[in-house]
Amino acid sequence: MKLDARIPSGPLAQKWSSFKGSMKLVNPANKRKYRIIVVGTGLAGASAAASLAELGYQVDAFCFQDSPRRAHSIAAQGGINAAKNYPNDGDSVWRLFYDTVKGGDFRAREANVHRLAEVSTAIIDQCVAQGVPFAREYGGLLDNRSFGGAQVSRTFYARGQTGQQLLLGAYSALERQVGLGKVKMHARTEMLDVVVDNGRAVGIVVRDLTTGVISTHAGDAVVLGTGGYSNVFFLSTNAKGCNVTATWRAHKRGAGFANPCYTQIHPTCIPASGDHQSKLTLMSESLRNDGRVWVPQTKGDVRRPDQIPEAERDYYLERRYPSFGNLAPRDISSRAAKLVCDSGLGVGPGGRGVYLDLADAIKRLGHKTIEERYGNLLAMYGKITDENSYEVPMRIYPAPHYTMGGLWVDYSLMSTVPGLFVIGEANFSDHGANRLGASALMQGLADGYFVLPPTLSDWLAQAGPSSASTGTAAFTTTVQQVNEHTNKMLAVKGHRSPELLHRELGNIMWNKCGMGRTAAGLQEAMREIKDLRGRFWQELRVTGDGACMNTQLEHAGRLADFLEFAELMCRDALEREESCGGHFREEYQTEEGEAQRNDKDFCHAAVWEHRGANQPALRHREELTFDNVHLATRSYK
Amino acid sequence: MKLTLKVWRQKNATAAGRFESYEANDVSPDMSLLELLDVVNEQLVNKGEEPVAFDHDCREGICGACSMVINGHAHGSDRGTTTCQVHMRRFTNGDTVVLEPWRAKPFPLVRDLMVDRSSFDRIIASGGFVSVNTGGAPDANALPIGKVDADHAFDAAACIGCGACVAACKNASAMLFVAAKVGHLASLPQGQPERDARAVNMIMTMDREGFGACTNTYDCEAACPKEISVDFIGALNRDYRKALSSTR
Ligand code: FES
Repeated sequence: MKLDARIPSGPLAQKWSSFKGSMKLVNPANKRKYRIIVVGTGLAGASAAASLAELGYQVDAFCFQDSPRRAHSIAAQGGINAAKNYPNDGDSVWRLFYDTVKGGDFRAREANVHRLAEVSTAIIDQCVAQGVPFAREYGGLLDNRSFGGAQVSRTFYARGQTGQQLLLGAYSALERQVGLGKVKMHARTEMLDVVVDNGRAVGIVVRDLTTGVISTHAGDAVVLGTGGYSNVFFLSTNAKGCNVTATWRAHKRGAGFANPCYTQIHPTCIPASGDHQSKLTLMSESLRNDGRVWVPQTKGDVRRPDQIPEAERDYYLERRYPSFGNLAPRDISSRAAKLVCDSGLGVGPGGRGVYLDLADAIKRLGHKTIEERYGNLLAMYGKITDENSYEVPMRIYPAPHYTMGGLWVDYSLMSTVPGLFVIGEANFSDHGANRLGASALMQGLADGYFVLPPTLSDWLAQAGPSSASTGTAAFTTTVQQVNEHTNKMLAVKGHRSPELLHRELGNIMWNKCGMGRTAAGLQEAMREIKDLRGRFWQELRVTGDGACMNTQLEHAGRLADFLEFAELMCRDALEREESCGGHFREEYQTEEGEAQRNDKDFCHAAVWEHRGANQPALRHREELTFDNVHLATRSYK
Repeated sequence: MKLTLKVWRQKNATAAGRFESYEANDVSPDMSLLELLDVVNEQLVNKGEEPVAFDHDCREGICGACSMVINGHAHGSDRGTTTCQVHMRRFTNGDTVVLEPWRAKPFPLVRDLMVDRSSFDRIIASGGFVSVNTGGAPDANALPIGKVDADHAFDAAACIGCGACVAACKNASAMLFVAAKVGHLASLPQGQPERDARAVNMIMTMDREGFGACTNTYDCEAACPKEISVDFIGALNRDYRKALSSTR
């Protein structure tokens, strides 16, 4: 596997413009002869499909949901960053770039991150032109707020529903192209494999979830915008359908998988209420702007929170990180919460929670302002917990939320399989070992609206059309393999549902590859996963058949891929003998319990090459060079 | 607590459907309705029967996938709530909970509690957008928009496209859905150039898809999980009439 990031030469700030200046162009008359397959219709997929169709390409877009508008980008609450510097508080492209590199604990590629910061401003312009109703000030200009670990106000937001409004903007652009006949939309259709012919991605195999019919689609390029893999933990803030299948199948067809161990545990989620819990709900960390996080100072303090006097509370984030306080980055806040709960100070069921208290803010700003800022979030919290958080502090606990790892891509967002592009959360590109708040929406839209359209065009102009049609051997063998896999799952006829087996996997991952990881724990986890995988193929029970809507079969297929992927994730965590960002190896920490990076040995992206079922994956590295920033120890003290 | 679920089962659009009853014991009040269905499905799978199919994804009230008529009410009887946000503490020991799919011709049944709402996508595709291509947009602050207008636009834009408005309406009208999108864009300067065409095209598509006419019963507003106001329907009607008279 050759890893050539193909970063344009020249100074950092000019790389992207020099790429665009020298890129190859596809003749406008020829564009409609190219067919591009886009899998996933979240922020990245929908914006890419729309933008590519606008350029004149024929696009086939796929999503497993019943409509492209349902993709999980819709649930992002807090906001989207952009280096507009509207508040005049000292922001710039450079500062957003620097904050993102630092926030990612110096494990992302400089050139990609700088490009992200550069195009961030155009995203806001584009979304406003589409009619996205961002929050505004009375004078009519856009409002900004500071968010999750940033010292400038660069986050644009739409109440607590920014992801929804941005996704609906991208969705409407996509539907416009559907109406114009430029995009053919395939909803309720799940990608089950990538077809690679002569080393080039030439199409996909999909299952129509309503009828069970397997079909093939050929294209000149395949784009995956299929999101992250947090559901490997079973309980996460991801939607129930989110899965690793598309990227994992691509990996098995030759795409390098980078840094699978980089997962983000979000500090402000609603704690689980019992064994029935099916997913976790995030409370936007924008709440940390006005909320103060605390636990009682003494163990076993069972008083109601409002009965605990100020002097007997530990505002541990403010205490440990005086300059960032409650806004310390996500990985740091999550670990701090785990630490206090592990030491027995947690609150709520099982001691798995800390308080997020708005009382001071309500006193300072009034009930009305707080309601305006967070009304919908607090209502959601109330629905789930039956508690009124204007009166009682909320309880929060960390939960898996976002995955920074993903398929390796070069500067053009192309994977190690020519013709296979990966965008949004599905790639590994911009966030390093930890993602800053309000940066996921930014990256998804940057990739889809502004980065992929030119880079894909540039590649097509050089590679030319693919000659593969769905009748070729590459397609028929892939279909055969997909069918064999499905039939094998149906044939097990064991006694346990995919749901139960998935919960078991989640337990292993959360306990041994979650917020804190150790070599011994990871080795154990790998053994347990292998064992569970073996049991999956003996105990699985899928009722019904493959020839109709079968939600069990869908879940089983996704779980089969998670069970393979999970092992690689643990192995990646095991071999990264350092702590960085969301990856915390307990063996590698400072005396104060902060993450200890090892730049000498691990300043690289680990990229895994699949070598078949009988051989362990091979670890490659892309060395990360920092020519523009100084590798500092992250400090938020 | 103990509950009885009466669930609509139907294998596909053409098969015959019927209610089936399932007993659920040990129901925790903190469970969501969908979590209860997970438990029931688990029991069914254990018995070798096929689980109840239903649409769901985010389970936090924003994606619009979940869609059930619960005891006769779309998304249940609480205001401003999606099916996934209904918790079992709303019920008492011994209750029977009746679950049905959205019933409306333009939403053909897929399986059990799942329906096909792609007609909504086609309505959006016929005009629910501002025709701007990627790139070349002016600076976002070049176009000041008063906070009141922006907030008004947001109130309409909050629609999650779940279809409860249609399911709740005796005419299966999609007027609230259309009005929400038209109202969102009509409140903003960006939406003005295509304002007339948008209202006309979206209503035409709505009619073509087989949605009924609005007779102002306002059941849509009561069922809407985002509490979108029927005032937007009034505004849509005005826009529509104005557009028709100006194109004549
Ligand atoms: S599952 Fe998304 S709104 Fe209910």
